[in-house]
Amino acid sequence: MQKVYPDTRAALAGLLKDGMMIMAGGFGLCGIPEQLILAIRDAGVKNLTVVSNNCGIDGVGLGLLLDTKQIKKMISSYVGENKTFAQQYLAGELEIEFNPQGTLAERIRAGGAGVAAFFTRTGAGTQIAEGKEQRKIDGALYVMERGLVADLSIVHAWMGDTEGNLVYRKTARNFNPMMATAGKVTVAEIEHLVQPGDINPDHIITPGVYVKRLVHVPNAVKHIEQRTVRKRTAAPAGTGEEV
Amino acid sequence: MGWTRDQMAERAAKELRDGFYVNLGIGIPTLVSNYIPAGMSVQLQSENGMLGFGPFPYEGEEDPDLINAGKQTVTEIPTTSYFSSADSFAMIRGGHIDLSILGAMQVAENGDLANWMIPGKMVKGMGGAMDLVAGVKKVVVVMEHSAKNEPKLLKRCTLPLTGAGVVDMVITDLGVFTIDKKGGGGMTLVEVAPGATLEEIRSKTEAGYRTSNAL
Repeated sequence: MQKVYPDTRAALAGLLKDGMMIMAGGFGLCGIPEQLILAIRDAGVKNLTVVSNNCGIDGVGLGLLLDTKQIKKMISSYVGENKTFAQQYLAGELEIEFNPQGTLAERIRAGGAGVAAFFTRTGAGTQIAEGKEQRKIDGALYVMERGLVADLSIVHAWMGDTEGNLVYRKTARNFNPMMATAGKVTVAEIEHLVQPGDINPDHIITPGVYVKRLVHVPNAVKHIEQRTVRKRTAAPAGTGEEV
Repeated sequence: MGWTRDQMAERAAKELRDGFYVNLGIGIPTLVSNYIPAGMSVQLQSENGMLGFGPFPYEGEEDPDLINAGKQTVTEIPTTSYFSSADSFAMIRGGHIDLSILGAMQVAENGDLANWMIPGKMVKGMGGAMDLVAGVKKVVVVMEHSAKNEPKLLKRCTLPLTGAGVVDMVITDLGVFTIDKKGGGGMTLVEVAPGATLEEIRSKTEAGYRTSNAL
């Protein structure tokens, strides 16, 4: 079983169709499968429902799929960084389903784990609970939320072996591990491709069983949304200066 | 008169205890990290999957893979751990975080909180706020007492809720209130900021509250 594909286009070949649901890892621009998003843009599939915590920024990440109007609906927790998003939403061209961030993460985890629904206190007694079953359990009010499974998940990992075992780096992990479990097919782009045995099995975060296809993206460009730094002198610990 | 933004953050820092795991929201709550008392162990949680983070990096050492929930570049410290968003919210929803300090548009006398949307305006989303207020052991709101002379401490919130009966304490530029959100004992004014008066607070607060005997 050959999981490694020569490029992003080949890695997505035969998997894309209009109207499908795609999960895309990342938080802000951190840990996004940017090269796979580019390949989806180039493939031109339309009417997509995209599950992702955010929707990129103008011209970067999922923002690229807004420019080409390939997205019909977003399922996200926060979309504040994107002017194109606001324009298309206000023009009625784009739907949004807001999920509390923890509920979104758990819906994806549940979907991947074969859990159809769960009860959470998050959002009980708020607009988010409207139209959903609410139940009092041990004296507290809970909302029923459904597990989520996508037609395709695209994730970004720092290192992977040819078997599809993945390791993420720092906060670029975020939604990637759950999404890797919740796609009917999961495609991972990885910065460092290694051989089985090269990764300490104790350190593997996503076991290869979840990953059907892999593509090596050795020169991925990473973006910083809010560059915050401190001067080399004088700043006391725990503070910083925004520039 | 009353407290400045920094003084409000300094007052909020008095709610920290040694060994606490704390989530700080964007804005004034972020400033609370400047007032962690020396020698006190406080680990800051970032809901994008990091526990224990340090100051902003030195210029030139920014790492795109290392950001906080405000998408700002931050740094690692020796106690840092990383985890997925699902684990992060298991931590939050499961009651393992001791304290959440966040901003608000409105707070009601029963502890209801509204801070995520204004109907008719472009909605950006709630991010992790609904999970934080539903799951963290103690929820402290830091906000201006009123907005353009409109009270923000109300009998009932008029904006869509972030959480129902979730706020334990409100720190404004004029003073500090506690809310007995579980016992239904209502709201109590427990501190008055220097330069503020009981009369001023009364005139700028719609919510019903008792004044602590200590005042």
